[in-house]
Amino acid sequence: MIWIIIPAHLRTLSRVNGDLRLQVEEPPTLGSVLDALEAAHPMLRGTILDLRTKKRRPFIRFFACGEGWSDEAFDTPLPDAVIAGTQPLRIVGAMAGG
Amino acid sequence: MSTVRVAVGTRKGAFILTSNEKREDWKVEGPYFAGWEIYHIVGTPLDPDRLYASQSSGWFGQVIQRSNDGGKSWETEGNDFAYEGVPGTHKWYDGSQHPWEFMRVWHLEPSPTNLDLLYAGVEDAGLFRSSDGARTWQEMSGLRSVKGNLWQPGAGGMCLHTIVLSPDNPDRIFVAISAAGAFRTDDGGTTWLPVNRGLRSEGELPDPNVEVGHCVHSIAMHQSRPDVLFMQKHWDVMRTDNAGDLWHEVSGNLPSDFGFPIAVHAHEPDTIYVVPIKSDSEHFPPEGKLRVYRSRTGGNEWEALTKGLPQSDCYVNVLRNALAVDSLESCGVYFGTTGGQVYGSADSGDSWTPIVRDLPPVLSVEVQILP
Repeated sequence: MIWIIIPAHLRTLSRVNGDLRLQVEEPPTLGSVLDALEAAHPMLRGTILDLRTKKRRPFIRFFACGEGWSDEAFDTPLPDAVIAGTQPLRIVGAMAGG
Repeated sequence: MSTVRVAVGTRKGAFILTSNEKREDWKVEGPYFAGWEIYHIVGTPLDPDRLYASQSSGWFGQVIQRSNDGGKSWETEGNDFAYEGVPGTHKWYDGSQHPWEFMRVWHLEPSPTNLDLLYAGVEDAGLFRSSDGARTWQEMSGLRSVKGNLWQPGAGGMCLHTIVLSPDNPDRIFVAISAAGAFRTDDGGTTWLPVNRGLRSEGELPDPNVEVGHCVHSIAMHQSRPDVLFMQKHWDVMRTDNAGDLWHEVSGNLPSDFGFPIAVHAHEPDTIYVVPIKSDSEHFPPEGKLRVYRSRTGGNEWEALTKGLPQSDCYVNVLRNALAVDSLESCGVYFGTTGGQVYGSADSGDSWTPIVRDLPPVLSVEVQILP
């Protein structure tokens, strides 16, 4: 199970209480985890990835094992600790707004 | 006794204000969708339990919400606003051409005759239609073919912010776009006409009488007189008596004819309301006095309505979707400010009281009488 942490606004929107754990097909990649997240919670479609281009929205960031994953290709396998479910994939609203 | 429900969209969530017909004591509920921008929240005429909200965020994009129980619970609906075909380009701030990009929904307009039909005005300017209660959206793309390449964003973006449905002709719709102007369809949205003749934008546009490019801020109509419309333009308050074929100015004795919203009294088609703002560069009331201006003559002759409104040191703005009237016998008038106040009048504007004072900046105000 992949452990995913999403921003508070998206937890409210998707009615997720706390962190998420999702079963994702092997090998879990950033892209397959995001696909699984949207499939499990359709109201999140368009909030993390652009609906049309399927690219990361400008003010969304990804972190895994303390490293930035925002610019990684979506077919890159996630770190072992994330695949093992001991570390979360963090989806974060970027610092913006002042 | 009926209930009055005022639905308020703000920069950080939605609020629902309710009272009885006396409109003296108000209950404030919210925030709904806390932290999100609610550009518009509106009930449907056919079923007061059904509300729609446009929820958006610079981080997370556009969400459409629907309630079927008067706002107690909400469900997300379709947020796929895909421009039809190749979207093409419009004029950018520097005069170059820029691709059409969906940003957000500014306005939702439910049909008065079909419960599941509603329209959405969006930025970058376009009009969408849903016939399934907001689950799916189809663009009425004929609108953008009316010289869309010449439309240009204003300071607030290039937004379709006003949708007026004709009460006697389901094929006739008016829309207004900043900064493109007003447009009308007479065939249900397949083809559109620019209806900007008579608008003048001296000092703002190279050709002040140009067919498209005017910065229209809002339009209002009385249901009994569908060919008469009133417009608050960037500068100038305007009126047409022939469904937009020709406009004439009715700013008269206003202290400033710049402003954003305009509304018509529920029972007096020649009584109209505006909130003058000092200028396009100083978005606050002239002299720091918050005054609603009322004309009982269809324009030109205006009176200041001040009782209960701050008459010194007031520097708020009232945005284009933030003025509304109710349909009670003694017409109620409501507006919200960028300072977070929502004011109400139960006597057609003669006197005002703050319903709530410290909300986030108010983006929209709608009112509905519930049985």
